[in-house]
Amino acid sequence: MDMSLLRRVKSTDRPTLRFRLNGAPHSALEGDTVLTAVLAVSNHLRVSEFSGQERAGFCFMGACQDCWMATENGDRFRACSTLLTDGMSLVVPDSGRTL
Amino acid sequence: MSTDRVVVIGAGPAGIRAAETLVRNGIRPVLIDEAARGGGQIYRQPPRAFRRSGKDLYGWEAPKADGVHSALARIMPDIDYHPETLVWNAREGKLDLLRAGRVAEISFDRIIVATGARDRVLPFEGWTMPGVFSLGAAQIALKYQGALLGPRIVFAGTGPLLYLVAYQYAAAGAAVAGVIDSAPFGAQVRALPDLLRQPVTLAKGLFYRAFLHARGIPVWNAALPVEALGSGTVEGLTWSRKGQRQDIACDAVATGFGLCSETQIADLLGCKFEYDDSQRCYLPQVDGAGRSSRAEVYLAGDGSGIGGADLAERAGERAALALLEDIGHSHDNARAVVLDGEIGKLRHFRRGLETAFPAPGFGDFQLNDDLIICRCEEITFGEARRAIAANEISELNRLKALTRIGMGRCQGRSCAPAAAELLAQCSGGGLASAGRLRAQAPIKPVPLAAIGVPPP
Repeated sequence: MDMSLLRRVKSTDRPTLRFRLNGAPHSALEGDTVLTAVLAVSNHLRVSEFSGQERAGFCFMGACQDCWMATENGDRFRACSTLLTDGMSLVVPDSGRTL
Repeated sequence: MSTDRVVVIGAGPAGIRAAETLVRNGIRPVLIDEAARGGGQIYRQPPRAFRRSGKDLYGWEAPKADGVHSALARIMPDIDYHPETLVWNAREGKLDLLRAGRVAEISFDRIIVATGARDRVLPFEGWTMPGVFSLGAAQIALKYQGALLGPRIVFAGTGPLLYLVAYQYAAAGAAVAGVIDSAPFGAQVRALPDLLRQPVTLAKGLFYRAFLHARGIPVWNAALPVEALGSGTVEGLTWSRKGQRQDIACDAVATGFGLCSETQIADLLGCKFEYDDSQRCYLPQVDGAGRSSRAEVYLAGDGSGIGGADLAERAGERAALALLEDIGHSHDNARAVVLDGEIGKLRHFRRGLETAFPAPGFGDFQLNDDLIICRCEEITFGEARRAIAANEISELNRLKALTRIGMGRCQGRSCAPAAAELLAQCSGGGLASAGRLRAQAPIKPVPLAAIGVPPP
């Protein structure tokens, strides 16, 4: 089942990058933000701390703060304004998990 | 005098033209910008790995985008440029910055604030579901990332951006399922006399609409989004027009009811604000040349009221000329007069746009008690209504204190317009009496590690 929320249509001949999402290997393209890389393979990138509902970012311009993610080693960042780097290991908590 | 340190915040059309004007007059400004590359949101540049033409990125606006980008490239040796730097606090003569994960401080004698805008969003059922994005987000996905949200997408809201982004998506091969505009078509007809002041811009707007029509993409006026349908992700959108509801199948919804100025820094700097009826919000006071209520603070571009990119370029240059005049520096007064004329004409056109695409209140919105108003902390309209009634709240900061609306990570950027509309509706006192959220530092999240606190 296609879980992606976006698809790349321009300048798609960029070099490939690899990353992990909850341990599973995926590929992306150089110049992708973390948000783009994740939403190209998944329908969400975080879960709400309150309801546990999935979220996929909202404004993409660093205003709404709804795309905060973390790496396996605990670094936290906004997915819309962080470029993916090769070998990143990203973690998204299970949906339903709340504070 | 010329040893004064001048800081410009924001490297969009206003900030870049302001910095360029200072450089032309022998001043070396500091230019601070949150993005990695200059251009602001409207002329946002993709990461360097992308190879796309200006025409592909910016369409008819490519020459203007190139003009702004080239201006920044040209002045680079003559400015202190700080990209990827967040200004998270502003005090008397000082700014607190965050760059590369560390905080820093910079002082200034004069400052030009050109902080731009974000989408004005109003909630509807399901608006926190994956697949519902802001209109600006849809455009950024395409412009900055060469990607389309969808595959099938509905655009719901109002404003010139609604039609522009729908057109850009359709032209890029997206399946645009429909455009839902809250503005009645009659409003757009009524605005024609003002819009004819900028016939080229008007013609572009008409072209976008004709393009959508030619592609068979439906456009509904006087219509509102009611509910994003789906379990987990968007499968459709219920929308209403004159009390009639209809469903449309889609995988994504892009929504925005105009734009909101980013005014937090002007607020922290102590600028006075006043209520603006056409933009339905408080804006910092600014004179025609960009002077705020504070002698050392100048405001330019969409951050001081929505005017669009063409106006922002001129307002940035005009504010820099005002600053030069105020510090007794030689400057080109004839140019200031020319700019004042152009700015006047562009403001007139802007009034036309505000007539054509009025920012809606909550008149016809369906706002059930279980609808989330604050997406950061998932506070509902019901919770807000109960707090307002129980505590006789009539002002936004009180509502924030008692409900946490506006206290989450976004500091009210997503919910403040809706919260103000709700307060005005409940209290009957109007938007002006609902007030505005006071800006609080840090205006965006700053990691504790950045200020030297070790991780737990």
